[in-house]
Amino acid sequence: MAELSYRDAVARGIAQEMRRDPSLVMLGEDIAAAGGVFKTTVGLLDEFGPLRVRDTPISEQAILGAAMGAAMTGVPVIAEIMFSDFLAVCFDILANQMAKTRYMTAGQVTVPVVVRTANGGGSRFGAQHSQSVENWTMMIPGLKVVAPSNPVDVVGLMAAAVRDPDPVVFFEHKSLMARKAEIPEGELVDRLGTARVVRPGRDCTIVAVALMVERALQAADELAGDGIEAEVIDVRSLVPLDARTILDSVVKTGRLYTVEENPRLCGWGAEIASIAADEVFWDLDGPVVRIATPHIPLPAADALEDETIPSVARIYETIRRTADQ
Amino acid sequence: MSIEFDPGLIDYAQRPPRLPQPVDPNNDDLPIALETRLELYESQLTLRQFEKRAYDLFLQNLVKGTSHLSLGMEAIAAGFGKAMRRDDYSFATYRGHAHTLARGVPLGPVLAELLGRANGLLEGKGGSMHLTSVEHGMMGSYAIIGAHLTIANGAAWSAQLRGTEQVSVCFFGDGTTNIGAFHEALNLAAVWDLPVVFVCENNLYMEYTPIDLITAVENPAADRASAYGLEPIIVDGNDADAVYVVATEVIDRARRGLGPALVEATTYREQGHSRADPGKYRPVEEVAAWKARDPIPLYHQRLLRLGVPEQDLTTIQQAVAGRVDEATEFAKSGAAPALELAMKDVWADGSAVWRN
Repeated sequence: MAELSYRDAVARGIAQEMRRDPSLVMLGEDIAAAGGVFKTTVGLLDEFGPLRVRDTPISEQAILGAAMGAAMTGVPVIAEIMFSDFLAVCFDILANQMAKTRYMTAGQVTVPVVVRTANGGGSRFGAQHSQSVENWTMMIPGLKVVAPSNPVDVVGLMAAAVRDPDPVVFFEHKSLMARKAEIPEGELVDRLGTARVVRPGRDCTIVAVALMVERALQAADELAGDGIEAEVIDVRSLVPLDARTILDSVVKTGRLYTVEENPRLCGWGAEIASIAADEVFWDLDGPVVRIATPHIPLPAADALEDETIPSVARIYETIRRTADQ
Repeated sequence: MSIEFDPGLIDYAQRPPRLPQPVDPNNDDLPIALETRLELYESQLTLRQFEKRAYDLFLQNLVKGTSHLSLGMEAIAAGFGKAMRRDDYSFATYRGHAHTLARGVPLGPVLAELLGRANGLLEGKGGSMHLTSVEHGMMGSYAIIGAHLTIANGAAWSAQLRGTEQVSVCFFGDGTTNIGAFHEALNLAAVWDLPVVFVCENNLYMEYTPIDLITAVENPAADRASAYGLEPIIVDGNDADAVYVVATEVIDRARRGLGPALVEATTYREQGHSRADPGKYRPVEEVAAWKARDPIPLYHQRLLRLGVPEQDLTTIQQAVAGRVDEATEFAKSGAAPALELAMKDVWADGSAVWRN
């Protein structure tokens, strides 16, 4: 067992897969010599060389296009888009080309690409370097979407994403980069489409992703002091979605809360709320409640950013206020 | 100060015509084997007769949706198609029928795809704008301007990494030279020395608008080449021999690891942009002059000058016509796609399942 940070786990996961598959390559801005602006790719250039770990110009369309063209001709690729906000610059390649080409060609073309990108707030970077954009990608048929909350999941889900033959968007949370965990020796391979119950409970179900998982857990600890036992589920993989694990929990607890960092409108929690309403309505003891960032661009100042992204206090208070109703 | 309106900015058909250059008489003497020339002739005829048939089928309402024809532009697809190695990669736009057929993709499934039938090339799921046949190196027709230049780079990068000496050839129109992806792709191809050839089919119109009115330079592709350290190359896109010679040279250079090329092939779209467009924005004299420079009669006359008997050319025409008729029967005989197909092939496991 070695203790690794979330950022080191990214490099560990990539290295594990590049050792296994000598055809796997990666590209992105500042990923090679600089080791990435978040230091998530440190050491990869030294181990795998400049042909497999390539720095690119600031050309997000060229990055994702190159990734797609290589992948569809036999070279699997990990592409980095430095900040997830920049996906907007290359959204055509992601949403119209990578996602749709298999379908449009009746299965002739396979696109094994992992698009890694730093997502989420808490860094006081302002509205163009902080947004949580999982929902931008999960609404596109043909894209898989993963957002790990801890270093062990980073390694295992990275392996699962690389080994998946479909395009996978892999969201690395900026505010989790320094979190550490013991990581088992040897190869780690997880499964896409699997949620995890990270805290069992009988009174309500809280589903969360990435940074929101640890906040949900902290809120659950506080709620336990008030006699409310919350079950916390780390969704991990938004597409494919492990709806079964979530619905089973809701049937048990009768209450569902989503904790979402994305702006509220069309956030991932809306889909989960809709599924619950469709399929376990009669098991619910009260309305589904979404705890989300308001429908705003994120502000830069620490006081304002902290006010808008769901906090432990807001999660706790919202559940405390509504759980007995 | 008064502003005077240029009538050509209100009605483009009133602008001075942009007339074609005369054919270079020396092109008769280009060092191309007669056998190759006959293949180029047959290829151009195939593209022409196929698309004329496709147009007839629109008029019968058998082709649904839209379609973008390359009538008048066949020499480019034929010349490059002939110059490519069997395992090279083609990338085309929504105007991709000719580039698909020029790689040897059978006519029947392509026509059936236009008709939305189960025996279509893509089982009816792609349509006219997304023709793809990986087994023929036809890596796709991409219907959003610019994207496929970056994807063609990727295929070239992959060939470079795998050491296969394959070349990626990417066709696009003059309008594409004004979108950002064009510039991102050219720059990356140049700095990575990718084996990719970019072919701008300059047909003088970006959809309904004259390209010169909306482009800062006279030659939309060639005048940008120097920005990426590339040679400006302009070729007569209505002369298959001229295209074939240039194509052979730039593809060979790319194959030998000497990096990318950007070719501007001057041509003319004899019809409108798409099925919905009668093309009324073009000066009448311009259309007439370019039709008089149509690549197929030009090539026919050249072959006669080179001593090919008229009867041999008639035999080729009849063979092509027969194949187009067969393709038409094949396409019309196809059933509608099974409805289950709509829910297939979102993912590599063949399914559309996104949750448990």
